[in-house]
Amino acid sequence: MKEYVYFPGCSLEKIALSYHLSALETTKKLGITLKELEDWNCCGATAYFHVDELLAYTLVARNLAMAERMGSEVVAPCSACYKNMYFTKQHLAEDPDLTEHINDALQEDNLNYSGSVTVKHLIEVFSNDIGPEELKSKVAYPLSGLRVASYYGCQILRPKKDHEDVEQPHFFEDLMASIGATPVDFPLKLTCCGGSLLISSRPAAYSMIHNLLYDAQRAEADVIVTACPLCQVNLECYQQQVNQEYGTQFHIPVVYFTQLIGLSLGIPPKKLGFGKEFLSPKKAIDAIKNIKNQEEVITQ
Amino acid sequence: MASKPSFSSEVANLLHAAEGNPLQTCIQCGTCSGSCPVAKYMDQTPRRIIGMINAGMKDDVLKTNTFWYCASCYQCTVRCPSGIDIAEAMYALKRYTMWKNQYKEGLIGPTFSETFVKTIVRSGRSYEPLLAPTYIFSYGIREFFNEALNATNLMLKGRIPILPPRIKRLENFRRMIAHIIPIGGVE
Repeated sequence: MKEYVYFPGCSLEKIALSYHLSALETTKKLGITLKELEDWNCCGATAYFHVDELLAYTLVARNLAMAERMGSEVVAPCSACYKNMYFTKQHLAEDPDLTEHINDALQEDNLNYSGSVTVKHLIEVFSNDIGPEELKSKVAYPLSGLRVASYYGCQILRPKKDHEDVEQPHFFEDLMASIGATPVDFPLKLTCCGGSLLISSRPAAYSMIHNLLYDAQRAEADVIVTACPLCQVNLECYQQQVNQEYGTQFHIPVVYFTQLIGLSLGIPPKKLGFGKEFLSPKKAIDAIKNIKNQEEVITQ
Repeated sequence: MASKPSFSSEVANLLHAAEGNPLQTCIQCGTCSGSCPVAKYMDQTPRRIIGMINAGMKDDVLKTNTFWYCASCYQCTVRCPSGIDIAEAMYALKRYTMWKNQYKEGLIGPTFSETFVKTIVRSGRSYEPLLAPTYIFSYGIREFFNEALNATNLMLKGRIPILPPRIKRLENFRRMIAHIIPIGGVE
């Protein structure tokens, strides 16, 4: 059984609770254990880095130092947490003086950072460590006929880490295809949802959300699938405001990829956090219910 | 005698202590502006801002909203043919204006970021209800009610915590921060 250190991040405690629940349920079903990082602090989002870089690295290093004690790989489900942890590790590796300075501060919490832990995004666990083939073999209820817009957003892919494809990736679509769903052609799949501009420059964020929803609707997607709490909140919770602003009638549910994978594995929707969204992804749940009814299996 | 660094080299070296940003190699191709989803809302596009930095137009650069409108999506960074980390340069400018307390009036970003950091430094965790006052009154009455409605719905769905979360070893955590920023302005 494979184990990872799990860094949920602030969003998953509440606003993205369904991501948290479905991450834990689906990994458990696939024989993976996510051990929550003990006493973790906020990753800093973008705000620490706006104010003070040294403080930002120190706060991220605290989490990394604690993760080192628990295992060799730390997994973040939120793209911003992932990006901050990944690049802090990289910068500290390049700058031993900075690491030494930060380690002095970490001693106040009886910690030491050595750089031994690998940072992964949760989607990498599914698309690389498990892999679409393996996942496909575990699927009990393929999501046949469900048209999904696989939305990567920004910080899973960018900044660039190595030689990976940052212009035409397809690992997300492959994952969705492996659970029987139909990935639609979604040209804006790599375009920003607006992120924290929703707070600091709202009209700009609304236009970005509008473009994404327009693109998903044009592709006749039943649902948008994300791997980031901020993308989910921007695209779903502010959809009504965007409709008001642009005179549109978008009604597109936005769910986490782990929720759809969970459905296909036969996990009851409630355990995956369904019911907490503003726009019900009824079509996704019905796709499973139909099969289950045919098989005379009682859901939930 | 040592000479004062140009504005361009100041901004170029305002990030990750270890390496500079090759701003001066900009060829003004405009790939960044073409890739930026926020460019049309910016006072100056990313291409122009880099041109202005390299031309030493410090005051004009600092009074734009450009860098505070950057969402950190890094589309410009991965595409720049000169290898400039443009999104990081935007971060550098944000920090520069925070330090100098010299940014365009009416921006929400600086106050929001400052409040966010203060929240983390106090409790170790983020808490949305404490951040709301930094922006909720800024977008007119309709948006104020929309935001209140959204918050209520989130609350009803169990998606907003009632009490602010905090980490356990908070004393150690605060000492750690004081070690990094000896006069951090935190009680």
